[in-house]
Amino acid sequence: MKRRWTLYDPRLAWLLVAPVLLLLIFFLVLPIAVMAAYTFFTFVTAGVETSALTTANWHEFLTDSYYAGFLLKTLRVGAITALLCGVLGYFPAYFIWATTFKHKWVLLLLLIVPFWISFTIRTFSWINILGEQGVINVALLKMGIISEPLPMLYNEGAVILGMLHFLLPYMILNVYVSLEGIDRTLISAARSMGCTSAQAFREVTLPLSLPGLAAGLLLCFVLAAGSYVTPQLLGSGRDALFGNLIYDTIMGELNWPMGATLSIVLFLVLGSFAAIYTRFMGMSQIVKGLGG
Amino acid sequence: MKLSNGKRLERLHDRYQNGDLSRRTFLTLTAAAAAAVGLDMPWMRQALAAVEEVRFDGWGGTVQDAIDKYAFKPYTAKTKIKVVQGTFGDEDEIITKIKTAKPGDYQVIHSSGVNYYIKYVNGGLTSEINEANIPNMANVLQPMIDPFRKLTPKLSAVPYDYGTTGIAYNTKVISPEEAKEKGAGLLLDKKYAGKVGGYQDMTTRVWYAALATGQDPNNLKDMDAIWAKVRETRDLAKKFWSSGAELMDLLSKGEIVVTDAWSGRVAALQDQGHPIGYLDPAGSYAWMEDMLILKGSPMAECEELINFMLDPATSIAVAEGQSYPPSLDPTKVKLTEKIEKLPAFDKTGTMKSLTFADPIYWATNEDAWTKQWNRISKGA
Repeated sequence: MKRRWTLYDPRLAWLLVAPVLLLLIFFLVLPIAVMAAYTFFTFVTAGVETSALTTANWHEFLTDSYYAGFLLKTLRVGAITALLCGVLGYFPAYFIWATTFKHKWVLLLLLIVPFWISFTIRTFSWINILGEQGVINVALLKMGIISEPLPMLYNEGAVILGMLHFLLPYMILNVYVSLEGIDRTLISAARSMGCTSAQAFREVTLPLSLPGLAAGLLLCFVLAAGSYVTPQLLGSGRDALFGNLIYDTIMGELNWPMGATLSIVLFLVLGSFAAIYTRFMGMSQIVKGLGG
Repeated sequence: MKLSNGKRLERLHDRYQNGDLSRRTFLTLTAAAAAAVGLDMPWMRQALAAVEEVRFDGWGGTVQDAIDKYAFKPYTAKTKIKVVQGTFGDEDEIITKIKTAKPGDYQVIHSSGVNYYIKYVNGGLTSEINEANIPNMANVLQPMIDPFRKLTPKLSAVPYDYGTTGIAYNTKVISPEEAKEKGAGLLLDKKYAGKVGGYQDMTTRVWYAALATGQDPNNLKDMDAIWAKVRETRDLAKKFWSSGAELMDLLSKGEIVVTDAWSGRVAALQDQGHPIGYLDPAGSYAWMEDMLILKGSPMAECEELINFMLDPATSIAVAEGQSYPPSLDPTKVKLTEKIEKLPAFDKTGTMKSLTFADPIYWATNEDAWTKQWNRISKGA
């Protein structure tokens, strides 16, 4: 006799998950596997490679300090960006959560509005703000505060600023979602037991919102360390990150095997970091932060 | 240009031999073509004459605007074949896209001359042109065709225009006298540190380093000295630009006051009234551009398009619009005064006054030099 399907039948669960699993296999696992295979191909000349297997690309990556230096620089810039996002993003999130403004949705909408404009255009807009003839320099020059335009563009500061602009909404939303999950009666209880507002924040609100902050930090770090467009537009050659190195190797040198090797390295490094981080922080906490 | 069914079968056979068609597709289409010859039903003719558009990819900006306005729009009006356009800032970028696409997805490329021609040929990405289908090639400068023919006796591209990468400077900051006196040395002048630009391209950087070190760009003897000069320019540079649009933006906004620059883009800036001067120092880097047909393209239509683009009236209008001299031989075709005044224009038709890169020499060193340049550009 056939077993009838029940609501929590494992077969039903697999059936529901199957489309997503297939998508993941075809559009994530398989491309990564192809890239991994490419790392062992032989580069012949620009745009030409053979499937003769070699470890030359990995050997070059592991023995050439140029790549390690680039990787460390990328991780450093990613970490700085994530930390700044954390510091700058917490307060707006707290404000949106704590405000008694009855149209709170407007504030949340304002956070999402920038996503309606192309990321590239948003990044380009900084050129008109930070450039020699940008708003800031022109205003300062006209007010007589400076005699020469300040060099604010095409340096690491501009790259980090561009990434902050792009990543802050992710941080704010993560922290906000986490704050929203806090039972406000806990704060009232703390206050009724003699805590000042600052103490209640330090002892109750902040610890309970940490999962959101942690999730935001992870997200911002991974996105910053993997970014390519912002350093390309707002930085000079010296401010390039690992993503730019991959781009130049594949698109400039037309060296796909080495480009694939660098891509897999970045994937492994960021993947390992995310795995260790979530293990250290506790997966459930991160998921709670991401999902509320 | 209408294709006979016989010719269509030949084309199908060529595409099959090039590997563009599977055996099954080839046989199916051959059967359909044969049936069309035998039965000649009107619907079958329609089905086979399916080419309604040609894909073109170019450099965008003022250059592509001119090509679109003076060549593609009249071509579409005449033939009803639409030219679908794409753009790229760096030709290596489009080569990567072509490699990952199906043959025929990309068809005609406004390519950067023989240096890049080799890359397409090495990658097996090209089609062979039937020159008989492009009668206007008779007007094209022979010295421009020869370098291509040296690489592949049967051509896959037709030269279309040429120009130089000279020195552009902001005349509010640098006088024409100073520019003339210092020439390519302006790119290494510490007085302009932080206000220098340059094309983010290995060939241009190495070429100008060669001029700065007094070496022949087509026979470099001291590469250490070259890389030292490349680093020197890098340290003085504010930004290396990667597209014509970015070059124009940096110059017009005053972010940089001196850079190596494409002659046509500078002419466009001058037309817009910007205070930009231009000079070609001795040994300035000259280059040519061509219309290259890729594997899997509808050859008859692509050849017809290129023939249309090479028609003197079209070619002259495009040249005036994009500010680059056309590949037409001035000893055979009467060009306009405006073209004769364009930077880099060679009235003799011999091209001897221009220094082009030796394609074989540069292709031999391309991989190693590009890798080194990419490192230096990132601070190494």
